[in-house]
Amino acid sequence: MKRKYGMKKAISAASVAPTTYAWAIRALDLRVRTGRHLAVNGLDLSLGVGVHGLLGPNGAGKTTLMRVLATVLRPAGGDLELLGHSVPERLDLRTLRRSIGYLPQEFGFYGRFTVREFIEYMAWLKEVPARDVPDAVERALERVRLTDRGNSRMKTLSGGMLRRAGVAQAVVNDPEILLLDEPTVGLDPEQRVAFRSLLRELGTHTCVLVSTHLVEDVVAACTDVVLMDAGRVVFHGVPADLVELGQEGAVGDSSAERGYTELLRRHRATGGVA
Amino acid sequence: MTAHISTGLLGRYVTGDTGIAPDVLWAVEAHLEECASCRDRSAEVGDVDTAALLARVRTGLDAAVSATAPAPGRRRWLPSRATRWVTPLFVPWLATTVLVVLVALGFDLAAGARNGALPSLVVLLAPVAPFLGVATAWTRRFDPAHEMVAATARAGLGLVLRRTFVVLVVVIPVLAAAGSLVGASPARWLLPCLAFTMCALALGDLVGLPRATAGLALLWVAVVIGPSIVTARMSVLLTETALPGWAALTALVTLVLIARRNSAAELR
Repeated sequence: MKRKYGMKKAISAASVAPTTYAWAIRALDLRVRTGRHLAVNGLDLSLGVGVHGLLGPNGAGKTTLMRVLATVLRPAGGDLELLGHSVPERLDLRTLRRSIGYLPQEFGFYGRFTVREFIEYMAWLKEVPARDVPDAVERALERVRLTDRGNSRMKTLSGGMLRRAGVAQAVVNDPEILLLDEPTVGLDPEQRVAFRSLLRELGTHTCVLVSTHLVEDVVAACTDVVLMDAGRVVFHGVPADLVELGQEGAVGDSSAERGYTELLRRHRATGGVA
Repeated sequence: MTAHISTGLLGRYVTGDTGIAPDVLWAVEAHLEECASCRDRSAEVGDVDTAALLARVRTGLDAAVSATAPAPGRRRWLPSRATRWVTPLFVPWLATTVLVVLVALGFDLAAGARNGALPSLVVLLAPVAPFLGVATAWTRRFDPAHEMVAATARAGLGLVLRRTFVVLVVVIPVLAAAGSLVGASPARWLLPCLAFTMCALALGDLVGLPRATAGLALLWVAVVIGPSIVTARMSVLLTETALPGWAALTALVTLVLIARRNSAAELR
């Protein structure tokens, strides 16, 4: 089949390029310092394509892990490989960052920007090629169902809409690693259901890591669960494991929540040696 | 591998022909991993029906997309290209800087009207005048979007230099106007101003821009502004004799910045 009228091809060489790494995220004995103490201390984790739910109590090191994966923090020790690049060497941080999407826990923005301006600005910062920016921005808005609010100023948006704008800026560069730190905070139940289906859609081609306190979000939308406590991974399995464990646990309102508390209880009972 | 895969073989591979010998199959896959042009061809040689269907859908979509008018953009308060150079954060800080220079000018003019013996406050302040703007070019404390921006590909020295450039473009003309009103030649303050800005950027690479600017500004007040006002004599650092020194400092710090440009990608 010949290309006609300069039409773009439906399948490009880039879209069928093979990946040359086994895991999008691979950490071995990772240690990250925040202030004086190690917030992440000896963490081992290998994540590929899919939606990975990151659970854990406050202060477990979830946000620190997110920040080091977003290349905002530097590891203090251990090995970290993102998309096959070794991060402490950081030879090619710029190329690596083009393939990462990140929604921080404290999502700050410029109130006078419209949603569309804000996402265009983020697309420029992420070095999305200039001619692709308008399409990428519309696609990102469409994905989070914010197209009709594209011209509203950021400061006029409700909490749920702000979160969605945050997700839109994270996905505008079609990242291979997508890091969402507590994206469901401030969403109403209906929006959370829509958000879960967005997560599942994103997770078919992308390594999505979602940190959350809502165990039911993880069970509903994630392909696997990572439970963190005191800077290391306590449990890494599928949501069904969590539900199954919940049959034995005592504290919690749903079987998944009971599974979560049961796992933490067992981990702490063995003195933190998993 | 030098030769590309023949169209016939590629077609068989794409359609999943089981008759391809294992060694040939291995060679084809190894080649496809490396060769973008053969991957590009693989979309065309395989399943003709699917390729035609995809092309048809694409044409239809392109037509539908171009038929829908884009949402009417509202008037922007900053043109989109301007956001590549400044953040909304800059406006109050730059306004403060301009105000400070104007106040210094007021003092100079008032002092000049009385006796004219005091050193010019505009010249004394000139080297640190861009600092309010430079400090806010890259800061977690004042920039609400900092965490997000710091994780993007453009984060680093390039972005900081762009923003610093804007600060200088605003501050230098104001200083030039104020300087000419008090009769100070631009040569006396322009080089110290540039040298100090570059020093702040280099130091900011280590300790963060707000700390770097605050430290240098304190140093400048203690070593130059204070003594100059107390003794009522212009510091030797701001006379023509110090110019070669300032030029050398600017060149040296520029070299340091160039050498460390990659580490700046992790600026805090």
